[in-house]
Amino acid sequence: MSIYVDKNTRLLVQGMTGREGTFHTLQCRAYGTNVVAGVTPGKGGLTHEDIPVFNTVKDARKKTEANASMIFVPPPFAADAIMEAVDAGIELVVCITEGIPVLDMMRVKKYMAGKRSRLIGPNCPGVITPGQCKIGIMPGPMHKPGGPAGVVSRSGTLTYEVVHQLSAQNIGQTTCVGIGGDPVNGTQFVDVLEAFQNDPDTQGIVMVGEIGGNAEEQAAEFIKKHVTKPVVGFIAGLTAPPGRRMGHAGAIISGSSGTGQAKLSALRDNGVTVCENLGELGEICKHVFGK
Amino acid sequence: MKIHEYQAKNIFSDYGIPVPKGNVVFTVNEASKVAENLGSFPVVVKAQIHAGGRGKGGGVKLAHTRDDVETLSAQILGMKLVTHQTGPEGQAVGKLLIEQGLDIRREMYLGIVPDRSSADIVIMASVDGGMDIEEVADKTPDRIVKVHVDPLGGLQPYHGRQIAYSLELPDDAVKPFMVLLSSLYKLFMDLDCSLVEINPLILTGSNTLVALDAKMDFDDNALYRHPEIRELRDETEEAPLEVEASKYHLNYISLDGNIGNIVNGAGLAMATMDIIKLAGANPANFLDVGGGATSEMVENAFRILLKDEKVKGILINIFGGILRCDVFADGVVRAARNTGIHIPVVVRMEGTNVEKGRQILADSGLNLETAADLKDAAKKIAAIIKN
Repeated sequence: MSIYVDKNTRLLVQGMTGREGTFHTLQCRAYGTNVVAGVTPGKGGLTHEDIPVFNTVKDARKKTEANASMIFVPPPFAADAIMEAVDAGIELVVCITEGIPVLDMMRVKKYMAGKRSRLIGPNCPGVITPGQCKIGIMPGPMHKPGGPAGVVSRSGTLTYEVVHQLSAQNIGQTTCVGIGGDPVNGTQFVDVLEAFQNDPDTQGIVMVGEIGGNAEEQAAEFIKKHVTKPVVGFIAGLTAPPGRRMGHAGAIISGSSGTGQAKLSALRDNGVTVCENLGELGEICKHVFGK
Repeated sequence: MKIHEYQAKNIFSDYGIPVPKGNVVFTVNEASKVAENLGSFPVVVKAQIHAGGRGKGGGVKLAHTRDDVETLSAQILGMKLVTHQTGPEGQAVGKLLIEQGLDIRREMYLGIVPDRSSADIVIMASVDGGMDIEEVADKTPDRIVKVHVDPLGGLQPYHGRQIAYSLELPDDAVKPFMVLLSSLYKLFMDLDCSLVEINPLILTGSNTLVALDAKMDFDDNALYRHPEIRELRDETEEAPLEVEASKYHLNYISLDGNIGNIVNGAGLAMATMDIIKLAGANPANFLDVGGGATSEMVENAFRILLKDEKVKGILINIFGGILRCDVFADGVVRAARNTGIHIPVVVRMEGTNVEKGRQILADSGLNLETAADLKDAAKKIAAIIKN
């Protein structure tokens, strides 16, 4: 078992024919993902790398029964691409695009209310169920299939580091979800925590947060009430000064809210094993999940 | 992106939001002329820097005569203004706003921000204007009113009424307030702001509303659709190395420590800073070369760190994904050759093509220390500090 994606996932890629889109589509397919369609307006009817291309997501869905979309569309057009996928009834929309204006994402978020689609991202590495399906830009080979750990993170390369340490400790992963570093995003920590709690194969959860916002605090409260599986937490940016945006649009301490220390205490107070030194994360997970 | 008060007030004026009469000046002479043209005293001399807290720092003064204007302008122009937002080194004042002084009956606060968790636009208002709003929020949260606006539905008259009545405005000021608020909301949405703040919004003796101060921050990701706003950027307000880094598309923030670091990815960069701290040292910077870094970008990153005289050692932490380790190693070797690195460098690499990357570093003949993993890297950084 796993969450969100598995071997039955049928992927379409919006913005597939661009340079990055092509590269990562091929990487996903090489990993074993069933890529069934690409969408690029104006290129409908063509095939690209043996994948049929459509003008609209609706067309692509009708012809290929795609149930997931990966978006590589540039920032000015990304909000439109997400809404197009949602409107076409795509169940899972993974938006990799970095740099979407905040107001665009707020409108997307409001638009999605009450709709069945799940959005992961934007500005995220994507989601992978090792050995079955990779939707995103993460390097595939370092993942280890079969669980027992579920991974959820706001970051990209930091997630790779975490997964690398887990695999090095012989701890496999059920699914790894990058929810993205933007202030307004789709799937939240609590959504993923709930899914992992309900997934019988996930026996422990690694949660990687960072400074800014209050998503980690909300997650901590949710864990206390609803999560019975062991959770190991890490927060990046404990040394970051207030008022400076640390790369991610969402990673900024404003006033007294969003500090790393507040997040660490919230996690600790709600039963999460907190890892303060990233270099020790793998060992800590081995210890906690090995019990 | 931040802009100056005088620039924000120009935008306010374009949207019909009342601001005091005044002008920006760069010399004492100009200051004197503007004051004369205003026609009456007192006038206010206001330092134009991006940081807040200018008044407390001595950057805002009231002048009652033309001599006053000249003395105060000479005093403030060129001073290193220190506020709680500038850090102890302060920020040099290069321009002033000379403005008419007004008869203030009441000072209020009005601000608009996006709320990340609800995806609403939040309008904040308080009867306690002219104070640090963070402090008001902390000590007397009940004196701040927050109204959530759905960005799809937009601002409705009832939102305005809720705020107007909570501010206890006199009857003849309610309608003008509604007009002001809807202009402010429109400006916020039109220009992709990340913050608009009037602190204080004043009520004059004749019950007129005026924005005595104006603060606007913009969403960097939306600047592509506002070229006229991008023009307002003032690079003299930013650290020189940060300006240079932004030209190379590097995400760089200068900090106080002495261990430089180069990392790919913002989250990993923050975690690396934390590891440096845990090792007993302090990071000199945040530097994210990004996922798609080229060897030129790596070279530029090196140059920037080496220009920072505080830096006593460099930790490189790369997790190769899209950025392959061999490409990165090439960049490091080239940068080292071209810049003549004279301080210890610890390299930790992992991920795609890591073996190739390590080989390139080993064959280079350069004096680079390689670390097996993060723990090892931290240990080696600590050793640099001891020596």
